[in-house]
Amino acid sequence: MSTKTELRPDLARIASWIAPQTRVLDLGCGDGELLAHLRDAKAVSGYGVEIDMQGVIGCVARGVNVIQRDLESGLAGFEADSFDYVVLSLTIQSMKHVEAIIDEMLRVGRTGIVTFPNFGYWENRYQLALGRMPVSETIPYQWYNTPNIHLCTLNDFDALLTSHGARITSQMVMHQGRRITFLPNLLGSLALVRFERR
Amino acid sequence: MTQAPQSVGLVTAQCAVFDAPFQLQGGAVLPGFQLMYETYGQMNAERSNAILICHALSGNHHVAGRYTAEDKYPGWWDSMVGPGKPIDTNRFFVVGLNNLGGCHGSTGPASLNPATGKPWGSAFPVVVVNDWVQSQALLADRLGIDKWAAVIGGSLGGMQALRWTVTFPQRVRHCLTIASAPKLTAQNIAFNDVARTAILADPDFHGGDYYDKGVVPRRGLKLARMLGHITYLSDEGMGGKFGRQLKAEGGYQFSYETEFEIESYLRYQGDRFADVFDANTYLLMTKALDYFDPARHFGGSLPKALEATPAKFLVVSFTTDWRFSPERSRETVKALLDAKKSVSYAEIESVHGHDAFLMTDEPYMQLMHAYLNRVAEEVGV
Repeated sequence: MSTKTELRPDLARIASWIAPQTRVLDLGCGDGELLAHLRDAKAVSGYGVEIDMQGVIGCVARGVNVIQRDLESGLAGFEADSFDYVVLSLTIQSMKHVEAIIDEMLRVGRTGIVTFPNFGYWENRYQLALGRMPVSETIPYQWYNTPNIHLCTLNDFDALLTSHGARITSQMVMHQGRRITFLPNLLGSLALVRFERR
Repeated sequence: MTQAPQSVGLVTAQCAVFDAPFQLQGGAVLPGFQLMYETYGQMNAERSNAILICHALSGNHHVAGRYTAEDKYPGWWDSMVGPGKPIDTNRFFVVGLNNLGGCHGSTGPASLNPATGKPWGSAFPVVVVNDWVQSQALLADRLGIDKWAAVIGGSLGGMQALRWTVTFPQRVRHCLTIASAPKLTAQNIAFNDVARTAILADPDFHGGDYYDKGVVPRRGLKLARMLGHITYLSDEGMGGKFGRQLKAEGGYQFSYETEFEIESYLRYQGDRFADVFDANTYLLMTKALDYFDPARHFGGSLPKALEATPAKFLVVSFTTDWRFSPERSRETVKALLDAKKSVSYAEIESVHGHDAFLMTDEPYMQLMHAYLNRVAEEVGV
């Protein structure tokens, strides 16, 4: 049974970027929260991709299509241009093959949406200035046990997209669920970027 | 709501007789046939809650429960089918049958050929997966089932489930194909051929007409099963269970007797199988596996073959299955994605190799529970 619960603020923002009755591929979809919401609220169809078994079971329990696979091996199996949107939410920072997944997103989808913890957030900078690796709400790990191996700032990510032939169509930052408009790369802890092939 | 899993209890097999001539894909026509089947649970008023279980190479209609309280073993998928189990008989009406060509009561090579009054033997025609699906559809008609809530099978059973969506695209709501493949590889056909050669080379085989000779090709069938059994287990699973353990104390005997536990186990399994299974049926089933290729009539395109069905799919594979490896399931998934079908795919971690589809690894059971719960809600039970 799908019970109406409050969607995570960053997922709600992603959802607001997705038009009704489109096809969405959600990479690292967890238990399918976003896709279930999009299906119920916007008649969106598509698939999630998830490596964790409990996430896969969660998707199935919600009636969300899910393909269990490791994103590091790319998106072979998905045809070029087969989705309106490809979403990668809070996953890219822990991936080995960052450039490959960006290329794959641009291949299979018309629009890409990526969210990640903004390393440029002032608190991170402040902790580094004090001589320690940052530990914060969006990066809650010590340097020796973090799964995050590819942290970047909002500006870094923009540069990567540009170098891979993508054009940013929208970007925003949030902190504790609220949108930040002033000095985004400094005051936002979570970055959301929407892009497409140039 | 969920309850503690129980057994379906005592069950009785039934027999459905079909008198009309039955055209097989290979060209032969059977002058009628019978199918043994069992059912568990109740059909609802809308007739929307029926599930078909398709069996694998050596399976039969006895899917769950026991015939008598004294039976040592329950049906072959008792772990999956029953009240409170993933295929919940409190919600679903479940049908299991013995396929045409089988040796558990359905018409097969050991049955009497009405034209001669003798067992069919070598004269029994080759049957393919699509023939099974056609015969299962006749059984569905007989039971008043227009559309299955789900067709479910592992291995060769998964091939039947997949074939259902190609042959009768509108009669399947959900297709669950587990530890299966869209067609066999050369290596897989090769394994089957060695198994068949073992049977064909047994002097007691008599070209398939051994029934009235008072013998059965036991040695060939045993060898075939031993070979098959090796391919159903993983190296890891077999190593964990048997390692290099010896049967007896005292070290190596430097002889050709059965010394290692794995030898003893395989021979026991082979003997037990040769006691209950028919060699001609084994030949027929392996051939059905080899011929299976639903894309063949669609220009070699599996997405085209699957185009017509509105069915939803669950594809499941197991990490250590090398007979029907995850790679093969991914081919099915790719075709379903290309055809823009509703599909979920899970690759279950298990040490049990191909046999894992019959086992009860926790994530596997949870996944099946979750999926079939959705199916039940969808059909209103």
